Amino acid sequence: MTKPRSSTARRDAAPRTMSGAAVILEALKDQGVEVIFGYPGGAVLPIYDEIFKQNAIRHILVRHEQAAVHAAEGYARSTGKVGCVLVTSGPGATNAVTGLTDALMDSIPLVCLTGQVPTHLIGNDAFQEADTTGITRPCTKHNYLVKQPEKLAEVMHEAFYVAAHGRPGPVVVDLPKDILFAECPYEGPENVEPKAYRPQVKGDSAAIERAVELIAKAKRPIFYGGGGLINAGPNASKMFTDLVRKVGAPATLTLMGLGAFPASDKRFLGMLGMHGTYEANMSMYECDVMVCIGARFDDRVTGRLDAFSPNSTKIHIDIDPSSINKNVAVDLPIIGDAASILEDMLKVWKSKGYRSNDKPLADWWGKIEAWRSKNCLAYSQTSQIIKPQHAIRRLFEKTQGMDCYITTEVGQHQMWAAQYYNFDEPNRWMTSGGLGTMGYGFPAAMGVQIAHPDALVVDISGEASFMMNMQELSTMIQYKLPVKAFIINNQWMGMVRQWQELIHGARYSESYSEALPDFVKLAEAFGGVGLRATALDELDDVIDEMIATPHPVLVDVCVTKDENCFPMIPSGAAHFEMLLGPNDHAEKPTSERGMVLV
Amino acid sequence: MTIREEEIQRHTIAVLVSNEPGVLARVIGLFSGRGYNIESLTVSEVDEINVRSRITIVTSGTPMVIEQIKAQLSRLVPVFDVHDLTLESPHVSREMALVKIRNDGEQRIEALRIADTFRARALDSTLESFVFELTGDTGKIDAFIDLMVALGEVEVSRTGVVAIARGHDLDMPVVRLNKARRRHKKAEPVK
Repeated sequence: MTKPRSSTARRDAAPRTMSGAAVILEALKDQGVEVIFGYPGGAVLPIYDEIFKQNAIRHILVRHEQAAVHAAEGYARSTGKVGCVLVTSGPGATNAVTGLTDALMDSIPLVCLTGQVPTHLIGNDAFQEADTTGITRPCTKHNYLVKQPEKLAEVMHEAFYVAAHGRPGPVVVDLPKDILFAECPYEGPENVEPKAYRPQVKGDSAAIERAVELIAKAKRPIFYGGGGLINAGPNASKMFTDLVRKVGAPATLTLMGLGAFPASDKRFLGMLGMHGTYEANMSMYECDVMVCIGARFDDRVTGRLDAFSPNSTKIHIDIDPSSINKNVAVDLPIIGDAASILEDMLKVWKSKGYRSNDKPLADWWGKIEAWRSKNCLAYSQTSQIIKPQHAIRRLFEKTQGMDCYITTEVGQHQMWAAQYYNFDEPNRWMTSGGLGTMGYGFPAAMGVQIAHPDALVVDISGEASFMMNMQELSTMIQYKLPVKAFIINNQWMGMVRQWQELIHGARYSESYSEALPDFVKLAEAFGGVGLRATALDELDDVIDEMIATPHPVLVDVCVTKDENCFPMIPSGAAHFEMLLGPNDHAEKPTSERGMVLV
Repeated sequence: MTIREEEIQRHTIAVLVSNEPGVLARVIGLFSGRGYNIESLTVSEVDEINVRSRITIVTSGTPMVIEQIKAQLSRLVPVFDVHDLTLESPHVSREMALVKIRNDGEQRIEALRIADTFRARALDSTLESFVFELTGDTGKIDAFIDLMVALGEVEVSRTGVVAIARGHDLDMPVVRLNKARRRHKKAEPVK
């Protein structure tokens, strides 16, 4: 009888009261927050005062609020926990908007606390006032403005619940300064659950049985996994791998899903989509049963919709009902958590005694091997000038077997990283997929390094992207975070240049990275280490030295300037209309309809 | 897969939401941000105790878009329930209009006569104007306004559509409103 009595006692006792700022810290502790990325300002000073008085939660002082959000994203994506951000009102909140949008697009769980002017000044155009809930409404999963002290604790806990449950996403809690000073009751997270928001976790069992039957009987099946597999926890990736192997089918992953299935497994066809492999895209085009798990038929993946996998029965497993039938009509949708559904699928597979459909699968694999033999990721490293693909390939080979995490910025280097750096485990790969945010990777790497202090964390970067958030080198020096920025320097905004070459008659409008800094000196100016590789025979040594250096390192890898990223499905083209290399392009110019697409 | 040119359909959707600040902005922002149509939107609190509002939206789109709209609405955190009245069951829908008409002579008499056949009530009258109150489905109100416009200068204020399913099922019941009100009105209990 001890238990009920203690819970009654808790209910009867008057709730503890404390200042709003103290409630916030208490709530963060109860939610298991260990690190918060932030930048102080007038409206959040009471919270910073509370941070000063305690040691349980570590605060990382960034140099720009956007970087705080990206760092929290890196932290969240590499650990599976909710990332936490604290910024001030007005410019603090508006600077965070890009990061929040990025997290929304890639379904990263975050809680971002923003300061706000005191309630009686809201709407008065006060100093550093911005309509934060208004601005962030379309770029968060949900947001709150706390106007009543008695609601504060509840809102804090609910924010974490909403961020982490269902399809994860960023949640903003806007905190007027008077609330931070007000006496607020505190209640723990036990009793807080949103009344309306109850995402479905378990999949419909009849649908799961039908799906497994379809898969077992398929002649040309393919598994197509996405970031949802990563979000569903490492176990989901394990069961996904298990199921694919049991079925004996090929698997492909989206950019966000890389690592959910081991790249070293022969059943892995590589990434699919615009810069995916030939074999992955052709298999998607010709399959008879497609099993999409935790992916959303994004336009980068499908290519031209009316020619997307025309003859397949499509099974779509997703936790977000709005992902179903959004771009592509599917035959069998199953709503629920990927891990839970995969567990059920494996059970059905076992209980019904299904076996790999060997004979038709052998024919299917024969076809796939023929596509694979095109060797679509081949490149020729013939001269002393380093090819960007080769630089990333060498980085991969040299870091194999290490406890290594990779982040990227956005552009050509990102696609090359996805193609040439192979992942065997989930949560090792952090990239900005949906929003495509240049400047994401460097601060994200910072967040990863905070979560994994002894791991090797490399931001594969481009010289243009790097300069979007390079101020964070200062943060890394302050906290002794030995992040490595592996800058693929081709002196161009490479992907922009590539599109200008392929689609805009090689008129290179404003895409040249002029007046670049000396990255070695730049690193030294901040107190880090700078390295440079200008020729092929320097590359390996530089990578070795980078790995061995226990400090932040900027590596300036000077690569071929006009290399293009292939294979490529030009926008408006279908999976089977892939360009395999520069010579392919001359025969298949981009259609007019494709030109207006991004 | 072939993309069929799908027919545009009009649907009436009822949404039960938590009546909290910003909830209407969330719903409207969803429609504008994703390029959906709003033909009519009405909202009012329907349950004071549980702080719930009901939003009735008339929208149009292909079946795929309508399905998206419902899924997108459902995943908003303060949304409790979404019902597609057009799809789920026969339903009744009504809107109210206040129509002011300014005219004189024979046209004034004709306006009054038409108002009578439409069962519109005159709420206000001067020597050269009427304000009519009219309730009905959208088509009836459109027809009435068309006739009034032919008879004089007209100003219109419409509520937009409210709708509810026919039959005895309660899709979105109001839980405790009446009971709570009664309790409120009771005399103070003896201590």
